[in-house]
Amino acid sequence: MADTKIIVNCETGEVSEVELSAEEIKQREADAIAYAKAKADEEQAAAEKAEAKAAIADRLGLTPDELALLLG
Amino acid sequence: MATYIQIGSTVTVGAGGAASIDFSSIPSTYTDLVLKLSARGTTTSGARDSLLATLNFNGTSTTYTVKVVRASGGTPSASSTGGPTGGYVNASNFTASTFSSTEIYVPNYASSNAKSFSIDSVTEQNATGWDTIMGLEAALWNGTSAINQITLTLDYGNFAQYSTASLYGISKS
Repeated sequence: MADTKIIVNCETGEVSEVELSAEEIKQREADAIAYAKAKADEEQAAAEKAEAKAAIADRLGLTPDELALLLG
Repeated sequence: MATYIQIGSTVTVGAGGAASIDFSSIPSTYTDLVLKLSARGTTTSGARDSLLATLNFNGTSTTYTVKVVRASGGTPSASSTGGPTGGYVNASNFTASTFSSTEIYVPNYASSNAKSFSIDSVTEQNATGWDTIMGLEAALWNGTSAINQITLTLDYGNFAQYSTASLYGISKS
């Protein structure tokens, strides 16, 4: 089944359901790819930060909980 | 006393699902807007713990700034993002027939300044070992035109059947 969008015209109250155009489908796919990349970058940055924190804690001889307590 | 007036009609997604829900030709005659969304997606959350709705004003997906406080389980977290976010949404692998609840409040939507708005959302998940997710978002859209269109989509997949969206105008009196 083709993807559709629901449009409410707030002036007339009319509700219509129309199929996405080829351009909209292409844009949607591009948006999904861009979002997935942004999310992956964000998660990687968070993981790298956590790793760096753990390395510092290790050097100081602290557990992650102790370091969190210290920074909190 | 503020008065809530429904604008347009409540949208209920049909059996085929919907890629987006669009409120167009929104009149500038109210003071504020409130959009209420009860939603579920057609895809699983995968490695993530929920789906995300995205919100566009006037067809624009840029110049948004969003601060998010998110709670799930015992540890709340805060983050900042540049994307147009619209709250957390139940994925298809959540408890059957459950829906997330979201309210989006846009004060002074017809002003010629940038618009701040708030979003609160909560998912519903009744299975043992899962947590519901709550999000509170403070957002800014830098557009200076009156908001005349609001479009809701999901980051993955479509809105599932029986998802609903309703738009209200708030008048001062």
